[in-house]
Amino acid sequence: MTHQENAVIVENLTKTFKIPTESSNGLKQKLINTLKGKKGYREFTPLNNVSFEIKKGEFFGIVGRNGSGKSTLLKSIANIYTPTRGSVHVDGSLVPFIELGVGFNPELTGRENVFLNGALLGFSRAEMEAMYDDIVDFAEIGDFMDEKLKNYSSGMQVRLAFSIAIRADGDILLLDEVLAVGDEAFQRKCFDYFAQLKIEKKTVILVTHGMSNVRDFCDRAMLLSDGQIKHIGSTQEITELYEKINLPDPEKELVTVGKKIDDSESIDERLDVAVKSVSKSGKDVNQFLADDKIYLEVNVVAQEYIDDVFLGISIHKPDGEAVFVKTTEDNPLPILNSGAKVRVLFEIQNIFAENTYYVNISIKSNDRAKVHLIKEDTKRFRVVNSGIHKTTFRPIVSITYKKDDSKDR
Amino acid sequence: MFKSNMKISNIISRRNRILLRELVITDFKLRYQDSVLGYAWSVLKPLFLFLILYIVFDKFLRLGRDIENFPVYLLLGIVLWTFFSEATNLGLQSIIGRGDLIRKINFPKYIIVISGTISSLINLAFNLLVVAVFVIFSDIQLTWHVVLLIPLIIELYIFSLAVAFFLAAVNVKLRDIGYLWEVFLQAAFYATPVLYPLQMVYGQWPEAAKLLMINPVAQVIQDARFVVVTDGTITSWGLFGDWKVLIPFIIIAVVAVLAVFYFKRNSPYFAEDI
Repeated sequence: MTHQENAVIVENLTKTFKIPTESSNGLKQKLINTLKGKKGYREFTPLNNVSFEIKKGEFFGIVGRNGSGKSTLLKSIANIYTPTRGSVHVDGSLVPFIELGVGFNPELTGRENVFLNGALLGFSRAEMEAMYDDIVDFAEIGDFMDEKLKNYSSGMQVRLAFSIAIRADGDILLLDEVLAVGDEAFQRKCFDYFAQLKIEKKTVILVTHGMSNVRDFCDRAMLLSDGQIKHIGSTQEITELYEKINLPDPEKELVTVGKKIDDSESIDERLDVAVKSVSKSGKDVNQFLADDKIYLEVNVVAQEYIDDVFLGISIHKPDGEAVFVKTTEDNPLPILNSGAKVRVLFEIQNIFAENTYYVNISIKSNDRAKVHLIKEDTKRFRVVNSGIHKTTFRPIVSITYKKDDSKDR
Repeated sequence: MFKSNMKISNIISRRNRILLRELVITDFKLRYQDSVLGYAWSVLKPLFLFLILYIVFDKFLRLGRDIENFPVYLLLGIVLWTFFSEATNLGLQSIIGRGDLIRKINFPKYIIVISGTISSLINLAFNLLVVAVFVIFSDIQLTWHVVLLIPLIIELYIFSLAVAFFLAAVNVKLRDIGYLWEVFLQAAFYATPVLYPLQMVYGQWPEAAKLLMINPVAQVIQDARFVVVTDGTITSWGLFGDWKVLIPFIIIAVVAVLAVFYFKRNSPYFAEDI
């Protein structure tokens, strides 16, 4: 193994997290746990003994289902996480885009955010001044630069972030689903940028769900499954393998949310879930126009205390193909006490093609070992006048919670 | 891209300087964002506190009757205490407050803590200007001694930064530390001769005065008063006169070493612990 040829060497990488079982950030809980001899946390290993190498100038794809360990791997390569065992060697300067617009602050103006974000990418004020006009032009924002970022549409924020990001000049670029947001015009810009990187022979590591991206750009790819490498090989091998595992049975898409079980509905007696599609003002609606955001309101009622669960929703076309999957794993659900009512609001960018869609819901334990509830076809809604013919990329989604602990209902 | 060690050469590396600068600017802009008076509050806050304490402790309780220029004496103490309290509180919240960044990009975490304390340092500069105005309107005759204020402020900054490092790292694992520190600061405020002249304590119980003066913040405040306001101020040198004057410095050194060690050991795990 010569270090000159490899940009990234990952050896026997294992990452284990300690997840607090109760809110053991508090002193009281820590004391109680110590006295009772409880650990107060359980271990979760999203990456287990992973080894691979990425050559210089290679465009390397990492694919896998949600929860397969992709993000943990990317963050380990970016040195955001410290390996529990094993090691990561990176040869060259590395620019991570785990997310666009890192450090963006809604209370600052677009202009101020450009400089802050630039600083995180290593650019000084003078350097940013020099490329400022180009950034604004490319983002097509112009007049808004002195407005606070909170007044920007999500599309504008992404465009601005992307315009800054492509200025970053590193030897190795880490991209996590960066291309997964935005409209089609924006997508094209992303692809141009990828093509440019490929011409420049940059080392790029791309984490993606889109097999077309793997086919179009990657030289080699890796399929992760349950924190282990399923296969490393040519893009052809990987895309075929991925599609074999994920696509044929539309119900299987549900796998990303909950394990498929025999009944179409499985209910933990202690949980009750209802889904509504609502407008921005909270009114029940079943139809969304092109400019409307889609709001899905999920109301969860727990009869007993239930801990360590996450909620997943998926949106399907009438033929069963899942076009959208989202779980609350990245922003954990409030604890479900006995009698607790939790309202989870998914705010979803409407980039769906005109069609009728149905919504599936699942609640699973965080380690995915136990399925508490799966409800299929709990809600139907229509998207009209969208002008989009094929739902290809992933919409921006945000999740908010409202908790009501009162027991009298 | 970033190495996570805390070498001096790294702190002043170009990239880290750029980042530090932007973080300080951001902090400063955001702090008084929606207030009408804006930055003026960083001066007004200690002024109001001063006014209240001055009325209560000088006019009603008449604690300052033996001290020349007691208003300036009091204000200088309040300003320095406010700096310590603010810098440590901002430091305490700093790592937690930047969780969004830490989870998405790797950069030296100590920059965040330093940026919080530098914001406080800027406030201190404003407040010292106010003190200067008070000095002009008092009958204080400044001597060259006043330049000694600079090393004193550096000493206080180092101590505040060390405490901030420790608190910031602890806060990631144990959120109770915020409340504990609040209570501790309340108690420490009264255990430090900010409001009352140390002479009063010394007159009644000299040993207690000595005990109070091993506190680095107390030592800095008294020394600052000595060089700016009146040489009638009791300093730790005047009180101990032997090797014991070193105790506050030893405390600072020990706290700094432990804090840096603890911070360095835990910072690789901030991203997952926050």
